[in-house]
Amino acid sequence: MFELLGIPPQALFGQLLLGLINGSFYALLSLGLAVIFGLLNIINFSHGAQYMMGAFVAWMGLTYLGIPYWGALVIVPLAVGATGVLIERLMISRLYHLDHLYGLFLTFGLALIIQGLFRNSFGVSGLPYSIPPQLSGGQNLGFMFLPNYRAWVVLASLIVCFGTWFAIERTRLGAYLRAATENPTLVGAFGINVPRMITLTYGFGVALAAFAGVLAAPIYSVNPNMGADLIIVVFAVVVIGGMGSILGAILTGFGLGIVEGLTKVFYPEASSVAIFVIMAIVLLFKPAGLFGRTA
Amino acid sequence: MADAARKLESATSALAVRDLQAWYDESHVLHGVNFDVAPGEVVTLLGRNGAGKTTTLRAIMGLIAKRTGSVHFEGRELIGLPAREIAKAGIAFCPEERGIFASLSVDENLMLPPVIRPGGLSRDDVLTMFPNLRERLSSQGTKLSGGEQQMLAIARILRTGSKFLLLDEPTEGLAPVIVQQIGRTLATLKNQGFTIVLVEQNFHFAASVADRHYVVEQGRVIDMIPNTEIQNNLGKLHAYLGV
Repeated sequence: MFELLGIPPQALFGQLLLGLINGSFYALLSLGLAVIFGLLNIINFSHGAQYMMGAFVAWMGLTYLGIPYWGALVIVPLAVGATGVLIERLMISRLYHLDHLYGLFLTFGLALIIQGLFRNSFGVSGLPYSIPPQLSGGQNLGFMFLPNYRAWVVLASLIVCFGTWFAIERTRLGAYLRAATENPTLVGAFGINVPRMITLTYGFGVALAAFAGVLAAPIYSVNPNMGADLIIVVFAVVVIGGMGSILGAILTGFGLGIVEGLTKVFYPEASSVAIFVIMAIVLLFKPAGLFGRTA
Repeated sequence: MADAARKLESATSALAVRDLQAWYDESHVLHGVNFDVAPGEVVTLLGRNGAGKTTTLRAIMGLIAKRTGSVHFEGRELIGLPAREIAKAGIAFCPEERGIFASLSVDENLMLPPVIRPGGLSRDDVLTMFPNLRERLSSQGTKLSGGEQQMLAIARILRTGSKFLLLDEPTEGLAPVIVQQIGRTLATLKNQGFTIVLVEQNFHFAASVADRHYVVEQGRVIDMIPNTEIQNNLGKLHAYLGV
């Protein structure tokens, strides 16, 4: 069939892999946005900047402190997540009594400030971050060459996404989170500390973005705009999947990465708009998104 | 004398509400509610729609931001505390709309409220008390019938160890056979030492379960009628409730 369409399998699988890699990042980032939106009702516009912070903090850890990639994978999400906790406590929490738009404005402003600070300090040319030695090289699968690091990115994203889904949908802690998303007042009346849960949820969403940033550091060059470039597509993914749906964010993230990859094979000219065309179509027929609950 | 009697009453009561006032935004809804509940008692708040019964429960529970006066519970003042601290002090609340979570299974709904002190019913005790729920544990919470949702809403707060329950219209919109079942449940709970404040529109149900009735009108408690004297006060009650 590939030959009939005049496309060599190497190109097809190569683009499929690339789509899967992009999808891994779309999924991680839209998952964090969905978790935050679910409980806080805020569209976290600084998500891209926090992803970029993940990559930069990994770079700084390696360059200044000698913290290797594997250490960064654990420490960086915790550190950047902690900045998220501070931002929620000091700023976002003061806006809950106002229209949700204010949360969007605040996080958008924060994104601009964070990006500006990093641009000032590090320039825009991008910094190199090498692939950890354990994951250099690749596998020849016969029909294509699979770089080890890229396989790891897909695997790591799948593990974290599934782990998050499991924690939210299948555990007691997740039940608190789902209940508080539906009716925070009543959950508070059961004796549960909802404000603290909101703070930790925001921190967790930010940590997911930072984790994606660390994963991205060896593939994409570490530069202050890396988040801003990606986040627009991620917002489209979230809209397509449905705001606040955990499984929707994950499936749509991977699915759209693959669709984008395939578009590059079959009609390259459309590849950069494919996701937005899909978004427009989904909005026409299912305004709440593919997995969204219609209120 | 009356003052001394009142002092004595509040010293022995589980809950003493004094001059409780509450506001929704700018509108003043409670204008000084006073009543007491003794340990082990079942007490109802009766009154017409909009009299302030639900607001009284919500104000006790800390769910109304602007409230003044005094809510004394087991020797502690609760008026300034947030709802979660009031829950931890030992008051469990079952809201009028039942508050069953759609994104949680029946089992998750049942297990949601944290245990705040020992001595509550175990999961198995609760399921023995409400056998219908046992067969539906994995269903989505809101897929239950209205009666089953009400039972779930009561069942889940029995696990917490709180022995003081605020129940807001547990019989509303339910079939008579379910109402009877809830009545039997409340009697069982009373025997087990629970103290219950019940908001009711259904006067006959109230008379079948309660020890005393407080009549609420225009944001105040205007009368108290012991259940034993209810037959002698039917005319007065009908006038209050507009039955």
